[in-house]
Amino acid sequence: MTSSASLDLKLYGVLIAVAVLVPLFAPNYIQTVAVMWLMILMAMTWDITGGQMGYNSLGNVVFFGIGMYASAIVQISQFSDVADYTASFGAIVVDFTPGQYFTGLGLGLAAGGIAAAIFALLIGPAMLGLRGPYFAIGTLGLAIAVAELVSGWEYVGGGGGISMPVYPGPPAAGPFTFYILLGLLTLAAHLFVRWLYSTQFGLAINAIRDDEDKAEAMGIHTNRYKTIAWAVAAFFMGVGGAIFGNMSGFIEPLEVAFPTTTFGIFMVAMALLGGKGTLWGPVLGAVLFHIVKQVTWTYLLGWQWVALGAIIIINIVYFQQGILGWAQDKWPEAFGLTVDRGGAARPAAGEAAE
Amino acid sequence: MIDNLLLLTQVPILGVDLVIQGLFIGAIFALVAYGLALVWGVMNVKNLAQGDMVILGGYISYQATLWGYHPIVALPVAIVVMFMLGWLIYAVIIRRVVDRDMFTSLLATFGLSLLIQQILNLIYGPEVKVADAGFGDFELGTFIVIQNVRLYSLLMAAALALAIVIFMKKSRMGQAIRATAQDARAARVLGIDTDQVYAFTYALNAAICGAAGVLVAMIWVIQPYYGIVYSIRAFIIVTAAGLGNLPGVILTGFGLGVWENVAGFVFGAEFAVAAVVLMLVAVLMYRLVQLYRVRQVVR
Amino acid sequence: MIITRKHLRTMTAAVAGVAALGMAATAQAKVEGDTIILGAAISLTGKYATNGVHAQKGYDFAVDKINETGGVTVDGKSYKLKVVYYDDESTPARGAELAERLINQDGVKFMLGPYSSGLTKAIAPVTEKYKIPMVEAEGASRSLFTQGYKYMFAVLSTSEQYLASAIELAAEVAEKQGKKASDVTIAMAFENDPFSLDVRAGVVDDAEKFGMKIVVDDKLPRDLSDMTSTLTKVKALKPDLLVISGHSKGAATAARQIQELKIDVPMVAMTHCEAADITAKFGAGPTEGILCPTQWSETLAYKDDLMGTAAQYNSDFQKAYPEYSTVPYQTAMASMAVQVWADAFERANSFDTELLRDALADTEMQTFAGSVKFSEAGNNIAKPMVLRQIQDGEYLVVAPTKWAAAELRYPRQPEY
Repeated sequence: MTSSASLDLKLYGVLIAVAVLVPLFAPNYIQTVAVMWLMILMAMTWDITGGQMGYNSLGNVVFFGIGMYASAIVQISQFSDVADYTASFGAIVVDFTPGQYFTGLGLGLAAGGIAAAIFALLIGPAMLGLRGPYFAIGTLGLAIAVAELVSGWEYVGGGGGISMPVYPGPPAAGPFTFYILLGLLTLAAHLFVRWLYSTQFGLAINAIRDDEDKAEAMGIHTNRYKTIAWAVAAFFMGVGGAIFGNMSGFIEPLEVAFPTTTFGIFMVAMALLGGKGTLWGPVLGAVLFHIVKQVTWTYLLGWQWVALGAIIIINIVYFQQGILGWAQDKWPEAFGLTVDRGGAARPAAGEAAE
Repeated sequence: MIDNLLLLTQVPILGVDLVIQGLFIGAIFALVAYGLALVWGVMNVKNLAQGDMVILGGYISYQATLWGYHPIVALPVAIVVMFMLGWLIYAVIIRRVVDRDMFTSLLATFGLSLLIQQILNLIYGPEVKVADAGFGDFELGTFIVIQNVRLYSLLMAAALALAIVIFMKKSRMGQAIRATAQDARAARVLGIDTDQVYAFTYALNAAICGAAGVLVAMIWVIQPYYGIVYSIRAFIIVTAAGLGNLPGVILTGFGLGVWENVAGFVFGAEFAVAAVVLMLVAVLMYRLVQLYRVRQVVR
Repeated sequence: MIITRKHLRTMTAAVAGVAALGMAATAQAKVEGDTIILGAAISLTGKYATNGVHAQKGYDFAVDKINETGGVTVDGKSYKLKVVYYDDESTPARGAELAERLINQDGVKFMLGPYSSGLTKAIAPVTEKYKIPMVEAEGASRSLFTQGYKYMFAVLSTSEQYLASAIELAAEVAEKQGKKASDVTIAMAFENDPFSLDVRAGVVDDAEKFGMKIVVDDKLPRDLSDMTSTLTKVKALKPDLLVISGHSKGAATAARQIQELKIDVPMVAMTHCEAADITAKFGAGPTEGILCPTQWSETLAYKDDLMGTAAQYNSDFQKAYPEYSTVPYQTAMASMAVQVWADAFERANSFDTELLRDALADTEMQTFAGSVKFSEAGNNIAKPMVLRQIQDGEYLVVAPTKWAAAELRYPRQPEY
């Protein structure tokens, strides 16, 4: 375990170094890297249920959107009635003092995480009773339904969306703040998840993945574990959504808050790309996915989606266990001391899936 | 919402109209879902590119109108072309993900869906296209107008579905497909070339989608990104009806078309989609509750 | 296997790109040699792509025209214009990200707007933050002009004016027929997106002003391809006026299904008729009498030195892009935005963004598409919105009376 822990330390070091170096040497990429933190967060939290527990959700983006809207409601109701604010089509503009703004932001982020987690706790017992593809389609349906309901909800402006409070202070500080917030959130989530997997809780959700009925027979309260695991993912997604909403400045239901067919699918693709059911696979997948996406968007304008589709297909057809899984097969000795041992403790993603 | 219900009681013929129009929509949904149920049931592939294949079929009929043919000419063409394309897609992509963990096929076909959308976008541009059949219409009573093209589509969809059912029952390939669906390993042992069966099944599904697409282009509008509409409906129908329940899939298809139309009327168009997906969640939950009951009895 | 080879090629390109990303950190300059770089995030894919492409062609056409006629003279030197485009995929989040990239990574100092109000809403806070002036031609939502933006200028009329003119027209017609304006009943179907909801707000305000009754108020889903349930309601309630707005796909779907369900409402008004090209798609008969608001019409009597008259712009554009049977106003507005930029560069005689902002604010010019004069809030107050009616397959201006080229045909008499 010691060498695995030291590898983890090294990887954390790399991430933190990137986080520090980007604003210093490539300040223009702050926004892009901020989105990358979000991508990592999405892939990683998806993997809690998807990779470690065997519950492949297609609708985790619902927590992202709920967090975003919860924070918007909390932040706006600080100074105005939400219904008046949205009905005025942006005519109500308030100049915040930094103190007011950050109080609102702090409350908003907390509200985002809590609202998403509560939603997961409420629907979890019902949704998590579904298995396999039914769970995937059911969660997808849930995400679409919530998105549609929010776009019909006049109180939050419906499909018209909400303009978020404007960041006070110098223009460059805004993205930097959100960059730091997203970076910290992602790091915190990763540390938390790493700790979680090392506890009995981790063993329990792995047991659920491997054979749920057996796990239940052995006395594990599967429903409780499943719901809590989902709520953990929901909490982080909710806070992430709240930060992203503030970063975007303008939110609306279908494309910013509940982007089912983009972020919703991307998070799954990223986790699979890196290797699901591993601690670092989703991180690796998200980083690579984001880089490839940025590069194709820059250099293959007009063809970027074609390239993305092709890459996803190639990835799925040729690297089915994800990059980590593939590399592990290819150079077992290079991983011998670290990942293999982890692999012995909990089976790798590919095996579990079959 | 109350207004709308009141209106419905004052002018009951409206309800009839809504149901009839819903059935026409449902016929197309049922056809697409039937194809999905086939690939899902036989080869366990969740084809997320289902709707995009429909749209592809639609563009074949649009292309026919560009060349000066009547869009209906495109129906056999679309069936043949899509069948071959389906076979090709199977050989290149699906063969390698079949029998894998469910997410593999879901994501591979998601990538495929992106590819189809974008290639269509590059060729035809993002604009909304139509292929007008110009079949005219007739009036039922004083209020209800029925487009002949919708009626023909319904009949064609029914004929197609019937043909497939007979094919499945009678032909060697149909029997092989059913055998594979029941137990692929046993089928293999008995000398069925399951690879061939899979390829045929996937190609057949593509052909069904292509045919549905031609009908869609004649009745509604097509656009490279509209595939998702049909994919989601197809998944909802198959999930709600349950796998291996083909008559159920067709009935659910019709039911969904009617429900969507009626819900759009009663709750307002903005809640039509939500009504449909919530119905799906409700069906899933209902099954779950039943399952719990069964388990309690067993205990 | 062609496909596999294509995959490989994209992969190679991607790998090469990763390498390039590492090295190409140096930003492009706002002015390179004798070229002024303008930046735009525009919807080339996604749901707004139809109009995004219309706008892009409008930008390109004006840029080419200006470059052909000697470019822009700043400080005695002549410069060519060039536009850097990114595809925002019709999503606001992407738009905001790309605006940051244009400004931060590519060093663009002069922005052109994206397509749609939603995208403009997402991008304006970014340009505002960096104090980068933006001239936009496709974001008409009035909520854009209540935010106190100082660096955003819009050449088009705001969205609440789009269909409000149809309400006024309906009131006029009612009074002419000896009825009261308040007897008019309205059915509304609007897409559930920021732009269409703004158009709706304008309609609701005007309807309230006249005391008209709204009998149907449906919001259409965004992936709409069927509006039977809404139109069934319309058919049962027989309103005097049906107003619809839902970008190009909404117009196409509505035009088709109005025909199919034989809707016989005496007055129908919808946005984006030209963009969806409904007369070509469904023929002159079924679309007869539909009212279409437009930012611009080639029959208007405006002209400028660069483009000539509106009619001349129309024919020149069709010569350059023969695939257009009618020139959508989105294109004309986009060209107008480029002209406003060119004018501002020459008057400011500098590339300083602050001086340029002031020059833009002081704009007072006439173009082929109407006059330009910006209010404090940045919207163009000198340009009227006109209402055209489809008459025998032609779009003819029927209101306001000052610009009318034909009499209003009421009630509409379509041939289904």
